[in-house]
Amino acid sequence: MTPVLEIDDLRITYRGSRGEIPAVRGISLRLEPGDTLGLAGESGCGKSTVAGAVLRLLPVGTDVTGRIVLDGEDVLAMSFGRLRAVRWAGASIVFQGAMHSLNPVQRIARQIAEPIVLHEGLSADAAEKRAVELMSQVGLPAWRARSYPHQLSGGQRQRVMIAMALACSPKLIIADEATTALDVMIQAQVLTLIKKLVAERNIALIMISHDLSVLADTCARLAVMYAGKLVEQGPSNEVFADARHPYARALSAAFPTVGDPAERRNPHGLAGDPPDPSALPTGCSFHPRCPVAMNECATATVELRRAREDWQAACLRVEEVA
Amino acid sequence: MSGDGTSERSGRRSEERAQPPAEQARSGAQPTSMSGEEPATVNGDANTTGGNGSGTAKLRSARSIVWARRRAALAGFWRLYRVQGAGMAGLGILVAITLITLLAPLYSDESELRASNAPGGRMESPSTEFWFGTDQVGRSILTMVIWGARVSLQVGLVAALLAVTLGTLIGMAAAHFGGWISWLLMRLTDWFIVLPNLVLAIALVIALGPSKVTIIVAIALTSWASTARVVRAQTMAIEGRPYLERAQALGAGHWHQMTRHVLPNLMPLVLASATLQVSSAILAEASLSFLGLGGPEMSWGTILERAFSAGAISVGAWWYMLPPGLAILLVVLAFTLCGRAMEVVLNPRLRGN
Amino acid sequence: MSGDATNERSGRQSEERAQPPAEQARNGARPENMNDGTAAPMLSARDLAVQFTAPGGRVARAVDGVNLDLRPGEILALAGESGCGKTTLARTLLGLERPTAGTVSYGGSALRYSTKALKRYRRAVQLVLQDPTGALNPRHTVYDAVAEGLRIHRVHDNERDRVADALSRAGLRPPEKFFLTYPHELSGGQRQRVVIAGALVLEPQIIIADEPVASLDASVRGEILALIMRLRDELGLAAIVVTHDLGLAWNIADRIAVMYLGRIVEEGPVDRVLTEPRHPYTRALVSVLPNSPVPEPVVLSGEPPDATEVPGGCRFHPRCQVLASGLAEQAGVADACRRTDLPVLSAETRRPPDTAGDPGQSAAGDTGSRVACHYAHATTASPA
Ligand SMILES: Nc1ncnc2c1ncn2[C@@H]1O[C@H](COP(=O)(O)OP(=O)(O)OP(=O)(O)O)[C@@H](O)[C@H]1O
Ligand SMILES: Nc1ncnc2c1ncn2[C@@H]1O[C@H](COP(=O)(O)OP(=O)(O)OP(=O)(O)O)[C@@H](O)[C@H]1O
Ligand code: SF4
Ligand code: SF4
Ligand SMILES: [Mg+2]
Ligand SMILES: [Mg+2]
Repeated sequence: MTPVLEIDDLRITYRGSRGEIPAVRGISLRLEPGDTLGLAGESGCGKSTVAGAVLRLLPVGTDVTGRIVLDGEDVLAMSFGRLRAVRWAGASIVFQGAMHSLNPVQRIARQIAEPIVLHEGLSADAAEKRAVELMSQVGLPAWRARSYPHQLSGGQRQRVMIAMALACSPKLIIADEATTALDVMIQAQVLTLIKKLVAERNIALIMISHDLSVLADTCARLAVMYAGKLVEQGPSNEVFADARHPYARALSAAFPTVGDPAERRNPHGLAGDPPDPSALPTGCSFHPRCPVAMNECATATVELRRAREDWQAACLRVEEVA
Repeated sequence: MSGDGTSERSGRRSEERAQPPAEQARSGAQPTSMSGEEPATVNGDANTTGGNGSGTAKLRSARSIVWARRRAALAGFWRLYRVQGAGMAGLGILVAITLITLLAPLYSDESELRASNAPGGRMESPSTEFWFGTDQVGRSILTMVIWGARVSLQVGLVAALLAVTLGTLIGMAAAHFGGWISWLLMRLTDWFIVLPNLVLAIALVIALGPSKVTIIVAIALTSWASTARVVRAQTMAIEGRPYLERAQALGAGHWHQMTRHVLPNLMPLVLASATLQVSSAILAEASLSFLGLGGPEMSWGTILERAFSAGAISVGAWWYMLPPGLAILLVVLAFTLCGRAMEVVLNPRLRGN
Repeated sequence: MSGDATNERSGRQSEERAQPPAEQARNGARPENMNDGTAAPMLSARDLAVQFTAPGGRVARAVDGVNLDLRPGEILALAGESGCGKTTLARTLLGLERPTAGTVSYGGSALRYSTKALKRYRRAVQLVLQDPTGALNPRHTVYDAVAEGLRIHRVHDNERDRVADALSRAGLRPPEKFFLTYPHELSGGQRQRVVIAGALVLEPQIIIADEPVASLDASVRGEILALIMRLRDELGLAAIVVTHDLGLAWNIADRIAVMYLGRIVEEGPVDRVLTEPRHPYTRALVSVLPNSPVPEPVVLSGEPPDATEVPGGCRFHPRCQVLASGLAEQAGVADACRRTDLPVLSAETRRPPDTAGDPGQSAAGDTGSRVACHYAHATTASPA
């Protein structure tokens, strides 16, 4: 079976006002049809950058090296026309904060229907019908079809974006913080819908979120990024419950448990400054903040190591950390 | 204008929304925050002064970086503009005409424009001495066209500038202040759009007495309406953006919202609109002058008018009519090509990628 | 348009600053003390309602009767279903939306909607918008975005230091690195932090934050929440935090109000509401949390609510698990659930339990919660 997505040693460097920013520094991923991958990590570690690269949506002038193969085709070598076609039918991305990119002066059903008309050649009426159907699947009643974006709440707009991504039956869906504005009930409904699609149509899913419990619930595998690299990858429930990499552990530990008196009025984060991509620490880039760092962490090159069958972590102390 | 009711515009988010301004619609195609935002840098700082207020005094070193960014943005603009053949042709024509016009004192003598100082004979046909022949008193048509360009271009540019400024102010006010102000301004705009511009301009010039200034004022007063209309639509779209709400929540008044947020975002549109406006102003000036309403200075329209009244057509003096006519055509074409090319660069949707 | 006197006036900013409505607890590091119900509320809403016209001649009752008090130094979490009116309520409290009915008052006097009064009000009360991507002007650098509030209110001294300080507090370090960056060059979480920094830089007395940490990872999230707590302890900052994340409420909030279809259906101290939820909707929300105090996860059936079709009787009744399972029937309130409208919860906090005769206001003691549910009233009034 050809994998839906294969990313090989992807490196991405932005050139912007802050100089060169190596946002992604060597990432490899592979998704077969039906695979679901959760991607978590520090804010600014490069998750959205990876997502953008898959459809070549990064700003002009950004350095991208490595290989991205989408359903057998090399994305970096694709012609523009081909890319356009792939952008809806091959893979679709729900972007972070995309709810504000809805056209403010067009009714939402039209906006959902537009890619269906363009890529599936349905008539405008049939496409709108399908759009209304999709809307009801994400919990928006039919009369909302005639709303303008400003008449919707944040979560409702986010659901419009999700409906739009599902519109063209893509082979790969990337959802970047797509459920941040949804309450647990609607979120569960949307996640169930996505899971059902993954199972029925055998598509692949990459879900980016800060909410590890959402990822553990929706995805079979979980990957954690830090400073542009994968630091852990493994079966999601196990990574969630018992991560190997100290950063991944900190992530799940920082999750508050309602009812736990120790966490009442006591939010805690991770000590130290977030990494500055243009001046990364030597050795393991997590070492200045790592609670269990050793001397050699500051110098050694740390690559992903096998922690267990099907489970890797980039830490010198993979075996010990528990 | 700052009565309680208008100030908060509680109706801003309700029905009255902008019509789809071409620029806004991201065509619902791939909803990307990344690629969507990127064109903003290209068109953004190329033409705005951006938001640097008092606080930048301390950011001295930073200022140079800001300028470097602007230069980069301009370079980005140029990169996209350069690939457009028509736009480059228009720009080339404009540069050539500007040079010819500005350098005129170096290679030709203005005094030859006086009838008493005419160098040639009556209505001579083109020759090596007088490339475009001479007029009824023996002046070189070429010299007349070259010097006439100064007036034509001046009137065109100033009138367009005035019209666009007026249109922008009225359009912004109509969008920003709801209620009766908006209603009144829009009725006024509609009225000016349906009125035949030329007739109105003629009436104005006759009423005020023909002169260069009157012509400029008349053209500006009759051609702001179309700008006002697009600016209003665009302003409404910009005002629907959450960052205006954020500014409002920070306590920003109308002035701050307009100058810091709306105007900079309108600039690309306004600039493209201004470029197109120049062509119509030049045409309007030529028409008015042709009808004998021009001032004493010689413009292309005036040359045409004199040719006509001197019976150039009946004597078959084509060289008298053709050069000023072609000059007008060329300049109008050049400005239109530039304006269209700018629209394409500044409006990602027309770019087609 | 140019006649906006307020902006052109060379304001003496210190005077212009709105006075704190109540003496702030300077040394009050003990939040329990600060909001024991004795301090006068800084910000309050009375019978607030906001309606919108929706397509097809419908009327969306986005906020439909809300009473709310915020006391100095108090952190209030506002939770509820997507589309239940949280953002609309937040915007109305800030004067960005005019209420259809009811009033917002600040420091004891009703909010005035003149440009001048609003400007003064907004110096003291800051909003963090829900969607950080749209909330930043793509043509303004991070520095300009954060300094915007200072410039509007003419705080000219130390602008650069203030901006740098706000940015680094919000977790963007080193701040100078971000000064000249444009929003599109930032990650989603970084944008969110710029918006938070822009609100902090004015040193407000109240922050109303709409999902402030939704796109932040656990570590930055903890940092920002800790910052809000610190500001509260040190400066007496009060905050309303709109969130879907009950963990966040547990982490920082003193009180929580749960909204459903434009109304607050349960309100009370976080320790109480999240450990012993009384309203069936709150119970459902709490039930899906990991290690939930509610034993069985509740799955709500039925259509998601619609602000244009508010059901009669209890507005939650079409989806209520208590009604569906027959428990309400047993308690003899099933009819009331379907037919009898519940009164709007009043904002009166802290009533001794013995005065809880009025079913709408049933309060269970000093740490009690107030709830709008026939079943809860029936079962509390006559404990089995
Ligand atoms: N267009 C750009 N130019 C320069 N730098 C950029 C650009 N876009 C992103 N960056 C930087 O690259 C890094 C990675 O950004 P990215 O958006 O991928 O983060 P992320 O993992 O998605 O974070 P978040 O969870 O906060 O959304 C950040 O430091 C960001 O500031
Ligand atoms: N301008 C408007 N016109 C019509 N209806 C509106 C308008 N603004 C909001 N609404 C409706 O009012 C209701 C409440 O919206 P609001 O944005 O307050 O919800 P919310 O609680 O913030 O939801 P979310 O968590 O999804 O952001 C929604 O049903 C929405 O569709
Ligand atoms: S390699 Fe060292 S510094 Fe890095 S995570 Fe492991 S123990 Fe910590
Ligand atoms: S009043 Fe009745 S229907 Fe409403 S929440 Fe309570 S038990 Fe459920
Ligand atoms: Mg991101
Ligand atoms: Mg909201």
